[in-house]
Amino acid sequence: MMVAPLVKEEGAPLAPSIYSLRSVDKIYARRSLVALENVNLDLRKGSFSSVIGSSGCGKSTLLKIMAGLTSPTAGSVVLAGKPVMGPRRDIGMMFQQATLFPWLTTIDNILLPIRIRDGKMAARAKVHDAQALLDLVGLKGFEKAYPSELSGGMAQRAAICRMLITEPAVLLLDEPFSALDELVRDFMNMELQRICMEREATAFLVTHSIAEAVILSDTVFVMGARPGRIIEAVHIDLPRPRTLDMVTSPAFGRYVIHIRNLLSQGSQS
Amino acid sequence: MSTFDAHGPGAPVESTVWKEEISLIDSIPRPLAILGLGLIIVLIWHFATATGVVSNIILPSPLETWREIVFVGTNLVTGGYMLAALWVTMQEVLIGFVLATLIGVGLGVLVGETRFGERAVMPYLIAIDTMPKIAFAPLFVAWLGFDISSKVALATFVSVFPILVGTAAGLNSADRSALNLFRTMGASRWQTLVHMKMPAGLPHVFTGLKIASLGVMAGAITGEFLGGGKGFGEMIRVAASQLHTPRVFALILYLSLLGLAMFGTVSLIQRKLVFWHKDGRDAGE
Ligand SMILES: Nc1ncnc2c1ncn2[C@@H]1O[C@H](COP(=O)(O)OP(=O)(O)O)[C@@H](O)[C@H]1O
Ligand SMILES: [Mg+2]
Repeated sequence: MMVAPLVKEEGAPLAPSIYSLRSVDKIYARRSLVALENVNLDLRKGSFSSVIGSSGCGKSTLLKIMAGLTSPTAGSVVLAGKPVMGPRRDIGMMFQQATLFPWLTTIDNILLPIRIRDGKMAARAKVHDAQALLDLVGLKGFEKAYPSELSGGMAQRAAICRMLITEPAVLLLDEPFSALDELVRDFMNMELQRICMEREATAFLVTHSIAEAVILSDTVFVMGARPGRIIEAVHIDLPRPRTLDMVTSPAFGRYVIHIRNLLSQGSQS
Repeated sequence: MSTFDAHGPGAPVESTVWKEEISLIDSIPRPLAILGLGLIIVLIWHFATATGVVSNIILPSPLETWREIVFVGTNLVTGGYMLAALWVTMQEVLIGFVLATLIGVGLGVLVGETRFGERAVMPYLIAIDTMPKIAFAPLFVAWLGFDISSKVALATFVSVFPILVGTAAGLNSADRSALNLFRTMGASRWQTLVHMKMPAGLPHVFTGLKIASLGVMAGAITGEFLGGGKGFGEMIRVAASQLHTPRVFALILYLSLLGLAMFGTVSLIQRKLVFWHKDGRDAGE
């Protein structure tokens, strides 16, 4: 059992950690399954991090704990100085499915989190913010469209807007684009980077694509399975903004190989 | 690789357009098919009665039946005693349907939303649902007497279960990601129910409502058969006991029009309310 080393960076001064997990364990008692064991991680403010690991290694569990959707069995989860003991409005979340509600127009879908938390009036007051977000993700003019009229990529963009409408400090993304085809997915990843940079958001992405993790992240947390644990935090030292053609650079290739080796060790042990 | 071509290069390519066969009977246009079949049935009916193969008491001739249809129709339109009877039955049906909807949705929410309902209430409901509910009719008459309340009770009893099951199934049809999403938004149980589970379950609820809209008719009429009163069912019973079969046929026809109107109204409301559902139809195929 190894405690993941905290990221050490040369050069740029370290932004303060906004999110920290200490010795987090998760045991699913019903199945007596150790889903997570001694997970430690820090997210620095404004950074983009990913967690990568084989399917079933506990990535979604980790994200749910971070989102306050489920309690850890042991350990502490602290965001912005306050312990996470349930869903919070400074946490935005996105899943593989866009999960737009077909009986609501796109803009009403986006305003739903406000409607739920602050009521109808507050939602009405946020219409302009919602429109600005639609603009930001290139969905201008689709306010009144119903989800059935949107393509898969457009639906995920609307889901991005819905996540951003509460102006969360941290974005937790559980394989948000993995249901999209590859071309759309690459494009959406670049959009995601742009949005995160513009809003100086702290992002945490679950993925099982090494390339996606490397191209987007400042730090890639590599997870091993059974029990789920962090093997290593790999710092990615590529300039920002990242572009898709960086995948051909030698540094990119070295990161990919390093992470692939870590993953195959993780699955053997 | 080489290939041999008998036509040689540049030879004209023979057209291989071919006609897909459709059998003659399937190529009849829809309105014609419906009318044609109806005509054939009436013709067979006519000959069966005209030749005396079937006794007139058992099966009246098409013409006699038509006369009764006109007679009953005239009585209804001119506000005769049959309209009063129809109104009685309609009241039973409508009150029964509203009660069944309230009780069905209420119990459906209890069963679909709470663990207690699912664990404790559902088994009893299933047990009752498997009973032949019409068999309770004499009991309702004994309990509630011969006025419309016993018919309303039976109509409600018969139609409450499809609504209940539809509601419970609807509430359980919300998918995991939608539930997770509502949790991340910090939604209360009530908010999750109102803003997500209920609308998501509406297609199922309407499937139940449509079945109920037909069951409620059967319940009311059965109640009238057994409990008398002044409704359409009583008129049917009297006409049948007098072997006045054409009248029975005509009354049943108007009764089915009432049922059709109920079903149509529910479908219309569904289309307005559940406009977003795939082709606006029922859930769960
Ligand atoms: N609610 C739960 N109850 C019991 N076991 C669960 C639950 N959620 C996930 N698991 C189990 O925990 C392990 C990790 O799951 P998950 O976090 O979804 O993995 P990943 O997202 O990396 O694919 C899996 O073996 C899964 O079956
Ligand atoms: Mg997962």
